[in-house]
Amino acid sequence: MNQYSIWKYLAILIIVIVGAVYAVPNFYGEDPALQITSSRGFELPADLTTNIDDALLVEQISFSSSEQQGNRLLYRFKNTEDQIKAADVVRKALGEQYVVALNLAHATPDGLRAIGGKPMTLGLDLQGGVHFLMQVDMDTARSQQLDRYVDDIRAVLRDQGIRYVSVRHEGNGLLVMLRTAEDRDQTLNLMRTDQSLVGLDILELPTGESFGISATVQEKQLLELQQTALKQNITTLRNRVNELGVAEPVIQQQGADRVVVQLPGVQDTVEAKKIIGATATLEYRSVDETNDAFTASQTGRIPPESRLYTYQGNPLLLKKRLIVSGDQLIGASASFDQQTGQPSVSVTLDGVGSKRMLDFTRENVGNRMAVVYIEQKPSGSKIEDVISVAVVREPFGKRFQTTGLGSIREASQLSLLLRAGALAAPMEIVEERTVGPSLGADNVAKGFKAVIIGFVLVLVLMAFYYKVFGLVANMALFANLVLLVSLLSMLGATLTMPGIAGIVLTIGMAVDANVLIFERIREELRNGNTPQASIRSGYEKAFSTIADANITTLIAAFVLFLFGTGPVKGFAVTLSLGILTSMFTAIMGTRAVINLIYGGKKRVTKLSI
Amino acid sequence: MKLLNRKTNIDFMSRRNIALVFSSILIVLSIITLATKGLNFGLDFTGGTLIEVGYPSAPNTNDVRDNLASAGFDSIVQTFGAATDIVVRIPPGDVEESSAELSTRVLAALSQGVEGEIEMRRVEFVGPQVGDELAEQGILAVIYAMVGVFLYIMFRFQWRFSVGAVAALFHDIIISMGIISLVQIEFDLTVVAAILAVVGYSLNDTIVVFDRIRENFPRFRKRQPVDVINTSINETLSRTLMTSGTTLLVLFALFFVGGKIIHGFAFTLLVGIIVGTYSSIYVASAALVLLRVSKFDLMAPEKEGAAIDARP
Repeated sequence: MNQYSIWKYLAILIIVIVGAVYAVPNFYGEDPALQITSSRGFELPADLTTNIDDALLVEQISFSSSEQQGNRLLYRFKNTEDQIKAADVVRKALGEQYVVALNLAHATPDGLRAIGGKPMTLGLDLQGGVHFLMQVDMDTARSQQLDRYVDDIRAVLRDQGIRYVSVRHEGNGLLVMLRTAEDRDQTLNLMRTDQSLVGLDILELPTGESFGISATVQEKQLLELQQTALKQNITTLRNRVNELGVAEPVIQQQGADRVVVQLPGVQDTVEAKKIIGATATLEYRSVDETNDAFTASQTGRIPPESRLYTYQGNPLLLKKRLIVSGDQLIGASASFDQQTGQPSVSVTLDGVGSKRMLDFTRENVGNRMAVVYIEQKPSGSKIEDVISVAVVREPFGKRFQTTGLGSIREASQLSLLLRAGALAAPMEIVEERTVGPSLGADNVAKGFKAVIIGFVLVLVLMAFYYKVFGLVANMALFANLVLLVSLLSMLGATLTMPGIAGIVLTIGMAVDANVLIFERIREELRNGNTPQASIRSGYEKAFSTIADANITTLIAAFVLFLFGTGPVKGFAVTLSLGILTSMFTAIMGTRAVINLIYGGKKRVTKLSI
Repeated sequence: MKLLNRKTNIDFMSRRNIALVFSSILIVLSIITLATKGLNFGLDFTGGTLIEVGYPSAPNTNDVRDNLASAGFDSIVQTFGAATDIVVRIPPGDVEESSAELSTRVLAALSQGVEGEIEMRRVEFVGPQVGDELAEQGILAVIYAMVGVFLYIMFRFQWRFSVGAVAALFHDIIISMGIISLVQIEFDLTVVAAILAVVGYSLNDTIVVFDRIRENFPRFRKRQPVDVINTSINETLSRTLMTSGTTLLVLFALFFVGGKIIHGFAFTLLVGIIVGTYSSIYVASAALVLLRVSKFDLMAPEKEGAAIDARP
């Protein structure tokens, strides 16, 4: 007879139930919520919740729950009105150290969340937001690295008191020219052993009029440096996005030199682009007081240790040697200068930076120090602006103020960029996709409508065409949809419009397996076999056909997955998962139900097919 | 309910020469269309900027165009679905212009002289180098899919079947692209995905028929291969029609209610599935006849027994 063993029925039942449980979170809505994170990515202190709870209590704003998820706090509210009011209150209570962002948290019940239940994430095309694909300009990154080697070699030679003719980078290599053979040998030795100069292939040039050393940076070292640059860029972008207060952003490396940035819910792309794309940093340099800037700019004879800038229309010579650069900065906030009332940025330096600053200011009281603002343009050019020149009045180290900014808005933007850090290598936006919230909602509505209409049409056709067997196939189709949705939710897949199309297509094709089986059963009946034997051989004979047909489709879906990006990948994922779940429901699932209906009976004379 | 109540016995293969001529004409026409009209490549491949905005009331597209022209944009302005929805396309310009700042400036230009607020619905900017890469990846994807399928069928069936299936795929892809070119559907990434889905679907159909042919060769040892192929197609006919039917149903739902974004995708699949169903009979199976497939091709291990059978 056609019977499955008990464990097989049970296994099928359990799989379908588990699937249903994990699909359920998709039917709960979303709560308006506040997301609180530390602006510098620190651990959240334990008493933070009490502070927030108190602040909300004072203003009599009630919240439904609060929880800590890793490095963020989530407060849920009953309605958006409370949420917006609370945002203001919390922002005021916590100050600049924390970022308070409006968020929509999914309202999955605690029990479901405890077992990892979560809804599918909607793609940007469904919920609205911005997608950027940014490419790191590796050529510039490479030449920046060579510049750094040049600086380091100069520093080493200076420290050892070796006088050089020149140190410069040429093409992909470095060239060091010295005066004597003795100097050269000593330099060679230093370059081979110094800790700051690793990763160089060093070559002694044939002795001519001068004594030279050429060096090339090893390919491995360059690649490593580029990877570091990319990683640092990602960290910087993450800090900046954090500063923007975007909930659930995606920042990922794609390929060797690209970064994907997705900001759901962000509408002001202009502001987002400005913050994300900016590559600003500050450098503190001392003013060259021994040479005259006017003469230098008129004769064009600039002292080798200095560079010529202009400040407020006048030439200014600054020492090439840095005092402190932007990466030694750990804090920055906008404020007004207490004496002059001008907008300013208060800066805090790290240990190394504050020591260097202290050393410099101690020896240079009465001398001038300049702040250079450097912005890297996507085209590769640099803007270098001297934003302030001030006389050092007393030695200082860790904390100080920078003035000379145009407005408080400029001051706060600069402080944000300084806090978030500089990009290690310039980046360019090579792809941008922005979807407005209304279009997103439109896409969701239309997509789901298409799924439902297509689904119902197939159900009706199957029920008419295959009667009882058709109804069984419809149950399987429904189970297939549930399993597919739960798998996508469990994998944390992002649902996009092409993903919905993949689901719709899966519905159309999922019935194929059942059509194959049922046609086979009809054929067997026509050939005069008994109903029970027809069911058995129908399923058996159709199996290899179904397997072959689905495996070839899987091959196509797999290739699509390998080569596709973004939405196309989403389509490939839903299509492949749909094929797998449909094989389970259409073969095992329907067989179990058919067995329950017909399998136990001794004498079946007619099948409703 | 049964579409085909009796056993059908249509002599498909006797018309294979007519079908061959028909398919050849379609392919030639498709290639001519592709060569003359070309594909209406979307932003994904050309690079450039696309901006979709919703106006409070239907604007005059000429005014919008003039507005943009005076701001220095060389643009194409079209309505998209509703008359209040406007899509602006700007081709990729020189290096400075290709910067993503462009979209910001276009939005500013569009807002000028409009009462009420225009609503930004969608902005897409694709840099030129990204477009080239996507095109390359798309072509590679199709080639790799075909190689994979060819090998799998060779392993499960025999090389003649691989040739038949891949010939059917070429046929489907070229004719589908010909029709896309004819009606100038925008050829973007989702259409590429649709073409690959057609590849999957058409294969599915072909494999079902092949599977039956493989099964029937040992069953009807005395019959001619053409005859066996004919019987196999007839036996799987009701399944072919039913599955194509359900898939077409959902695709019609997607095409009519799925929204404009998914239009090209649904259209390509609709065309592809109709062509793919036809090709699994008249290209894949006819190719088997042309390649003189015989029962020996599928019975390698039983060669000895077959040799005895062949004796008078």
